Amino acid sequence: MATTDIRPGEAATTAKPQLEIMAIDKSFGSNRILKACSLNVAAQETLVVIGPSGSGKSTLLRCVNLLEPVDAGNIFFEGRDITREADKAHLVRREIGMVFQNFELFPHLSAAENIMLAPVRALGMSRADAHDIATALLAKVHIPEKADAFPDELSGGQQQRVAIARALAMKPKLMLYDEPTSALDPEMIREVLDVMAELSAEGMTSIVVTHEMGFARRAADRIIFMEAGEIIETATSDAFFGGSVNERTRRFLDQILH
Amino acid sequence: MSLALVFDYLVSPTFLRGAMMTLLLTVCSLAFGVLIGLVVALLQESRTRTGQAVTLVYLWLFRGTPVLFQIIFIYNVLPSFGIRLSAFVSAVLALSLNEGAYMAEILRSGLQAVKKGQRVAGLALGLTSFQVMRHVVVPQAARIVLPPIGNQMIGMLKLSALVSVIAVEELLLVANQTASATFRYFEALTAAGIYYLAMTTVFMALQMLLERSLDPKKRQRARNVPLAERLLGITRAPAIR
Repeated sequence: MATTDIRPGEAATTAKPQLEIMAIDKSFGSNRILKACSLNVAAQETLVVIGPSGSGKSTLLRCVNLLEPVDAGNIFFEGRDITREADKAHLVRREIGMVFQNFELFPHLSAAENIMLAPVRALGMSRADAHDIATALLAKVHIPEKADAFPDELSGGQQQRVAIARALAMKPKLMLYDEPTSALDPEMIREVLDVMAELSAEGMTSIVVTHEMGFARRAADRIIFMEAGEIIETATSDAFFGGSVNERTRRFLDQILH
Repeated sequence: MSLALVFDYLVSPTFLRGAMMTLLLTVCSLAFGVLIGLVVALLQESRTRTGQAVTLVYLWLFRGTPVLFQIIFIYNVLPSFGIRLSAFVSAVLALSLNEGAYMAEILRSGLQAVKKGQRVAGLALGLTSFQVMRHVVVPQAARIVLPPIGNQMIGMLKLSALVSVIAVEELLLVANQTASATFRYFEALTAAGIYYLAMTTVFMALQMLLERSLDPKKRQRARNVPLAERLLGITRAPAIR
């Protein structure tokens, strides 16, 4: 069915990267969170972002879908400079899905209604069509039986998978995951990571902030390490897990892997 | 004591008109009160200097003085500034302005109770700020503010008795006048009391129905709990939420 779709990407490598972040700066008060960060993400690529807390990972994601305006620099999404489209931010966000650490499902709506809200309200889709999409997406995240359940009746892992389905309902061209498994009990992390890995394998362009190195090894094309607002290292997955990382990255990895 | 006379009063056109006046005062003042409260709450949320200053002064004035004072002030003092209002309009104006001050606080607390992450999630889906307000924030806030608003509804019904001081022919004034004329205090006041209880009962039932309609889960899976038990909140069935 064409509606569930993660489109399997036109060409694996296009001349222009899908997302081009050029020297963006972001401060909160006198606190400089992002320092001239630059980054390219190719279509269908899965990029994992690691780094200590406070290093600017989340802020980087929030700048990409314009939840935070950048102070300087540019972000090109499919060739358009979206930092110049602040008044049309909601249109940009329809093409970029986001998943949060705390799920942020809408508690007054059932799982299916959570998924249907944006297609119906933002795109004007009929409820019947939106319901078809919700049904298909719930199957895709492996919980077709939970359509009528409310968020507080779902486990954390199930809630996060509904949240992923909710983002997919807008047929985004890019998915942002902000520590999607940090709030989950250990036994539920796997089911969420599996869904994310499947999406990546299908060619969904993704930026994932996570410390799940198992996921990085399985799904990431590239891994970047951030510290104090700077991108310290960018490595392909092979190079990264082959051990060729610089000293600061190595120290961080030793810490998170105990 | 004559129960027959109580019944006569209950069905008399004078009492019925008094009760209707009380109901009209309550409904009008509540409607305007909610509107004023909504505007004030949004002004406070908007965080503009002037907006906040205006609302602060308004809340200070109307929460800081007795309603009875506000009613008498509007009816008796405004005419000396050339603003001549009927007793009914003065009554509704005073009650609405007073109600608005309390409503504003209730509505604001409801809006603030919806966590920021919910708005961010709505925005991230590509909804506009207005759509987020309408479909994400307001439905959640409505469930939070409904119980205190129910209190305000019932409070307003009883507060409306105060406007008898400016000779609005509402229920209490009618009862008191009847009693003074016939010295049948027990019968006249009992009849008025029955009207008040009947109206507050209807308001409570209305509140319960609204709460249910705003709770999608209860709507779908309501148990058969007898109405009386639900109204009095004595049901022993485990709470659904």
